[in-house]
This record gives sequence, structure tokens and C-alpha cells, in this order.
Amino acid sequence: MIPLRRLATALPSIAGVIIVTFLLTRALPGDPAAYFAGPVATQQAIEEIRHLMGFDRSLPVQFVDYLRQLAHGDLGTSLSTGQPVLSEILTRLPASAELTLSALLLSVAIAVPLGIVASVRPGTWIDHLCRIVATAGVSLPVFFTGLLLVYLLYYLAGWAPAPLGRLDVFNSAPTRWTGFYLIDSLLAGDFATFRAAFAQLILPAVTMAIFALAPLARITRAAMLAALSSDFVRTARASGLSRRRVVYVYAFRNAVLPVITTLGMVFSFMLGANVLVEKVFAWPGIGSFAIEALIASDYAPVQGFVLTMALLYVLLNLTIDMVYGFVDPRVRLAA
Amino acid sequence: MTEALRHARYVLGENPVTAFAFVLFSLLVLCAVVGPSLAPYDPLASDTARALTGPSAAHWFGTDQLGRDILSRIVVATRLDLGIAVTAVALAFGIGTVAGLSAGYFGGWTDRIIGRVVDTIMAFPLFVLAMGIVAALGNTVANIIYATAIINLPIYARLARTEANVRREAGFIEAARLCGNSEARILLAQLLPNIMPLMMVQVSLTLGYAILNAAGLSFIGLGVRPPTAEWGIMVAEGASFIVSGEWWIALFPGLFLMAAVFCFNLMGDGLRDIVDPRQRT
Repeated sequence: MIPLRRLATALPSIAGVIIVTFLLTRALPGDPAAYFAGPVATQQAIEEIRHLMGFDRSLPVQFVDYLRQLAHGDLGTSLSTGQPVLSEILTRLPASAELTLSALLLSVAIAVPLGIVASVRPGTWIDHLCRIVATAGVSLPVFFTGLLLVYLLYYLAGWAPAPLGRLDVFNSAPTRWTGFYLIDSLLAGDFATFRAAFAQLILPAVTMAIFALAPLARITRAAMLAALSSDFVRTARASGLSRRRVVYVYAFRNAVLPVITTLGMVFSFMLGANVLVEKVFAWPGIGSFAIEALIASDYAPVQGFVLTMALLYVLLNLTIDMVYGFVDPRVRLAA
Repeated sequence: MTEALRHARYVLGENPVTAFAFVLFSLLVLCAVVGPSLAPYDPLASDTARALTGPSAAHWFGTDQLGRDILSRIVVATRLDLGIAVTAVALAFGIGTVAGLSAGYFGGWTDRIIGRVVDTIMAFPLFVLAMGIVAALGNTVANIIYATAIINLPIYARLARTEANVRREAGFIEAARLCGNSEARILLAQLLPNIMPLMMVQVSLTLGYAILNAAGLSFIGLGVRPPTAEWGIMVAEGASFIVSGEWWIALFPGLFLMAAVFCFNLMGDGLRDIVDPRQRT
């Protein structure tokens, strides 16, 4: 029952997302019918296309048509590739997901311990480091960090492979199970491909992780400071519990809640940053797909991309809500 | 006047980092105002004989693939970059604050409708929504400004709503109502000045975010178009030369972009420490 009720809270967001995407589609610059008909079309051909695509009907009727298309998974056809937008997005989604999730794991793995140590030892060098990371990290344009890393680690040091996609030319993509090259290559037992895919992934993942690190480190530190100065931690200390137990069990268990809430905001940033990072590293995900379509003035893929990203984000927020309920027993009881 | 000066000195003396941010801010504003006359070269004049030369005494930041002086382009670009960010934030601030104040003050249906609109904007990953808006409305600088304003709107609306909601039953509001002030007057003359300090902190923080957002959009080829000098586009143009070792084309505009965002964030943090010491981190 509880998950169902939570699912219902996401419905208004999904409805809002669909309405906005619909309005954006209908606000295309110029006359969409003339656009789809091509430059040499006659007036009659344009009228025909207008009728065929339903642009001569009223907005509510068009909206119902749009919903019907969505229900059939029809996001339109990409003009530049001639493929249905949905299948294009589905083929490219794993590349973006692999990049974003690796970056998220990396940033959590660095930011949370950094925030904890900074809060336990306020005023030391590690506390200042945490503060610098938190302020500098949000100021870094993610595409600029990416280029900087490419220059330092690829051009100067030669440690990283060329920033050209998910695999170098010497390796072929592993058989597709999950679409995540790291997992697929391991499943196939192909360690050479695994290593190559991993090497390609490091720089873009680090770039995105630096970006996500700042808000996470900042909120971990603040939440831990608040928890450590609370009465229950004082009581735990006074009861003679070990320092480790006080910090990790009593304080951290409570401090983790605001960190989980912040993840929602971090995801919003990361899904946007993903587009920029994919451009810098020629990563064949849905972000570069959208950019290619934008440059070619191919609107159906762009709208499909916006809708997919928004729905993904709603789902992520829903997941975060559920995790929150799972971690915090008070929320579970209240529901 | 002396009162204001003393206050400013207190604000800046409180935290040297904030003072540093204000100095940086003044430099940026200076560049934006008199930039074109400061620039040593014409930002659009190409000179293929000097293309792709590294930093030198004549060209401090080097030249790009068309031989244009990068320092001049960066300085001239300040006006456009700051202009986009300031206009967008002003729009978001104006509309968002009034909407949030009305939502918090009137409650009921006003609150529900405005809340729904704000929630819908927040349901999108913000940069992606900005991409969608610019793609739909057309690829112009004005639309970059509108898109940036729309994605910043929820922050102001939510903050103003909370603050107005807390104060709607306060004594001074009741008193103003009793004196026969109109609702609009109560909102703008009584409520708004009270939440101004908090809002100014947000203005500073979102300015940084707005600059990043606009530069990100032009980095992927939306809005500002070549040959216009703009930091995001300049980094994008330099991107293809990074792998062949011509680092200066992307590095210097990127550094300026970073410095501008850093400056607004530091200023925002400093202001917040003064306005709301509990939030200090």
C-alpha cells in the first residue's frame, strides 16, 4: 500500500511534464507543417501534411492525439537518421546511464567520507579542504573541467585514452546484455574490453563526479555538524559509547537523511551536466544525440529527449523518496 | 550616506573572502561597462598570419584559429555574459518573488495554482528544460534569457512563499491592513522589504548559476552564435584544439567563466553569513 501511495504522488509531476513537452512541441518556430513538407513543397502539399499531422485540429484534440501516440511509445521519427526516436533513445540510454551512475558512485564515495571527517575535525586542513571543494566545485563549468582533464591527462601525461567515445578502435563492443560495457564485457569474460571501456570511462566519470561532489560534501558536513551537536549524541557520548559508534551509528544514521534529499537536486544537475560531458568526450549517449538533433534542427528527437530525461528524473525522485522511507523508520511509521 | 558606508565596511571587514569577491565583482562590472575600450584589439578582427599563436607580449592570452586576440574577446564578452545572467535573474526575481509572495499571502487557489506551476518546472532536470525551451522558441539570445529565467523562477517563488506565509498574520501586516492599505501595497511595501535580505543572497547565488547555464547552452551551440565573443562559445571553439595541445584558446575564457561564477558564489555565501548566521557552513 505504501509504495502505491508514493507512486500516486508522482502522477501530477508526470502529467505536468507531459503537458509542458506537448506545449513545447506545438511552439516550434515557424509552421511545422511547412517544415516537415520540405523547402520545395507546394501549398497544397503543406495543407495535406498539416491535415495528416493533425495541426489543423484544435489544441485539446491534438493533445489527446499526442497522449495516444505516447501510449504507443511513439515519440516521432528523427529526420536525420530516419529511425523512430524511441528506439534511438533506448539504444543510447545505457551509455548515458553507465556514465552518470559511475560518476554518482564516485562522487558519493568521495564526498560522504570527506564531509564526515571535516565535521569530526572542524578547523583542520581537511575541514578547509572540504570547504574549498564545496565552493570551487559548484563554480566549475563542467565542460571546462572536462577539457582541462583531457589536456592534462591525455595530451600532457598520456595516461588517459583519447576522448572519443566508449571504446577505442582496437576493441569491439561486447555482446549486449545490459548495454553497460563494464558489465557486458565481464559477463562475456572479455577482460581486454573491460579494461578498455574502463579507461575510456574514467575521465568523463571523474569530470561529472567533481561537479556532483560539491553539494554532497557540503550537505554531509553540515548535517553531520548538526547531528554531532545534538542532545542524543551528547547522551551517547556521556554513556561511554566508543567514538566510532557515536560518529557512525548515532550521528551518521541521522545525517544521511538530508544527504539523500540532496541527491534529488544533484540528479537534476547531473542529468544536465551529462549533456555537456557527452559533448566533450564524444560519448554516444542520449545527450550527444539531442545535441546533434538540435544542430540539425531536428525537433522530434529533442522533444523526445526532454520528455525522457524528465520522466527519468521523476522516477529518480520517486526512488529517492522510497529510499528515504526505508532509511528513516519515522517516515515508515508515519505512512 | 555615512550610515550606508559604515555598514558596507562592516560587511566587507567581517570576512576578507567576501571583500575579495566584491573586488572581483567590481572588476567584472568594470569590464562589462567599459570593456570594448579596454580591449587592446578588435575582438572580431581576424589575422590568419597570426593564427594559433600562444601567449606572448603582444597577445597575452594568445590568438585563436582565426588569429583573433583572445584577451580582447574575453574582455568584450563580459558584457554579453553578465548581461544575459543579470537580465535572466532580474526576470526570475521579479516574477518569482511576486508569485511566491501572492501564493504565501493569499493561500487557497492562488497558492495551489502557483505551487503546481513551480512543481512542474522543478519536475524537469533544469538544464534539460532550458535546452527544450530554447529549441522550441528558437535559437536566439533572448530565448536563452527567458529559458534561464524560467529555470531560476522556482527558487524565488518557493523562498518568497515560505517567508510570506510565516508573516501573513504578523502584527505589522494586520496593522497595515487596518490602516486601509490595498493588498498589493501590503505585498510590495510591507512584505517585500522584510524578505529582501534573504532574496539578495539568492540573487547572488543564482547569478553564478545563470552564467554557468547560459555558457553551457552556448557551449552546445544554442543562443549566442559565432563570431560573437562569449565565454561558452570560446571554450567550445577551443575544445577541438585541446587534443592537439593548443590549450590557451579554451583555458582563458574558461578561467574567466569560472572566476565570475566563483565570485558570485563567494559573495552569496558571504551575504548569507551576515543575513542568516544559522545557515553558516
